[in-house]
Amino acid sequence: MSLDVAAIREQFPILKREIDGNPLVYLDNAATTQKPQCVIDALVNYYTTCNSNVHRGAHRLADEATRHFEAARDIVKDFINAPKREEVIWTSGTTEGINIVANGLGQLLSPGDEVIATGMDHHANLVTWQQACKASGAILKTVPVLDSGELDQAAYEALLNERTKFVAFPHVSNALGSVNPIKEMTAKAKQFNAWVLVDGAQGAAHGHVDVQAIGCDFYAFSGHKIYGPMGVGVLWGKESVLADWPVWRTGGEMISTVTLQDASWNVLPYRFEAGTPNVGDAIAMGEAIRWFSALDQDAVVAHEKALLDHATELAENFEGLTIIGQAKEKKGVLSFVLDHGHPADIGFLLDRQGFAVRTGDHCAQPLMARFNVPGTARISFSVYNTLEEVDALFVALKKVRTMLA
Amino acid sequence: MSLPSTEEIVDDLLFFDDWEDKYKYIIDLGKSLPVFDDAWRTPERLVKGCQSNVWIQPGSEQDDAKGEVLTFAVDSDAIIVRGLLGLVLAALNHKTPEEILAFDMTQYFESLDLERHLSPTRGNGLRSIVGRIQNIAQSAA
Repeated sequence: MSLDVAAIREQFPILKREIDGNPLVYLDNAATTQKPQCVIDALVNYYTTCNSNVHRGAHRLADEATRHFEAARDIVKDFINAPKREEVIWTSGTTEGINIVANGLGQLLSPGDEVIATGMDHHANLVTWQQACKASGAILKTVPVLDSGELDQAAYEALLNERTKFVAFPHVSNALGSVNPIKEMTAKAKQFNAWVLVDGAQGAAHGHVDVQAIGCDFYAFSGHKIYGPMGVGVLWGKESVLADWPVWRTGGEMISTVTLQDASWNVLPYRFEAGTPNVGDAIAMGEAIRWFSALDQDAVVAHEKALLDHATELAENFEGLTIIGQAKEKKGVLSFVLDHGHPADIGFLLDRQGFAVRTGDHCAQPLMARFNVPGTARISFSVYNTLEEVDALFVALKKVRTMLA
Repeated sequence: MSLPSTEEIVDDLLFFDDWEDKYKYIIDLGKSLPVFDDAWRTPERLVKGCQSNVWIQPGSEQDDAKGEVLTFAVDSDAIIVRGLLGLVLAALNHKTPEEILAFDMTQYFESLDLERHLSPTRGNGLRSIVGRIQNIAQSAA
């Protein structure tokens, strides 16, 4: 089975936009994907038919909103193959999910404990652990990145020891597209009984996430990178770990009983969902995942691989272009620099021709320093991109090179 | 330094029908800026943008007609940003603090009719540079 990409494109109203008279070619999907009409409709429907606060109102709207909100949680649970719906925590996005874990970790670590992150982490999956270590006196170690853009697995193994309490790494590098061997890395950490968090921001949108198969304790991802709205995301955590993990924000909803001097906490998932949740966006994220899951997942993977392979081939034959990150297994992302022209210049001149790409350090400054580049230009694919768009990009890039020569 | 005047720049840029000519003009302006001394690429002189870096080295000199004027050497690692800095310097370099503070940068960039991301924004670091020049002028006024 294959994807009907033309039919998929029809569902994304923004793809009909023009930029300065050129058709929009949206290749910044690792930053955020566009939204299909059904997701936009889900958001509008929520506010036009059943907007109300969940879990508390004794009226029809509250009942309907609660049912839709909790149904969205079930959709997420099935999508990542979580054992229990109570393990699915709504967050504002990957960053908040990681912060919830880091906040608890900071309280659980002791001086001398060790935490392992990587040299390819997004700042959200690095600065958080730096802070947790600073707060607790623990030591942060990082797995180096090889020239290929892969994590140095031998160095990783050498870092693991009895003092290792926590390990975090990205499913897919946002800056390079490298797919990490997350099952193997998790298994190695588990030999030392360390907790494992996988930053799934770039992993979830490309299909086949199974948290039970990975074996990790936490998996965090964002709605807006998987065809859903901004401002909502999911932290999945093992019930046995989350049940005792220190609470993050305190307030309404997350409590069980409250006296003037003390409080006890609610059960999962609510003990991590203080205050009124982002109901409308959660429902729309559920719709986005329902929409995405309905696509043939093998065909999605094959289509995105075809796009990346084609772009890589054109890039390899493009004079003066250097690909940054040549991992054997990559997903969704091609990062590059040109001999002449700073990434920002490339971005300006591609934008003027209708191409949306990301330029800069990709919130991964240590990784840019590792490759000794000020930043890169990054094209990132989604299910609605076409091979013709990739061809057109490299024609536009030729013009960029001529103008910057 | 032989930068064109702001009036000449406005005339030149409005003359071009083709976007490529406009961008090439800005790129050439960037190339025509004096070489920035590598030793000046220090953190104190750095204004970090989201996508590119900008450096600025302020100075002053005596002008026969105007008295003390402020001078600025600038640089960016992105050539188009260097060109945009040229647009800013055409307006603010070798001017008295009073002239700098009286200059309407927003109106100037509007009259250049450039795309929004070629105007002073946080992303390209231009807004911070204009702010820094204005602060220096404020202290000197």
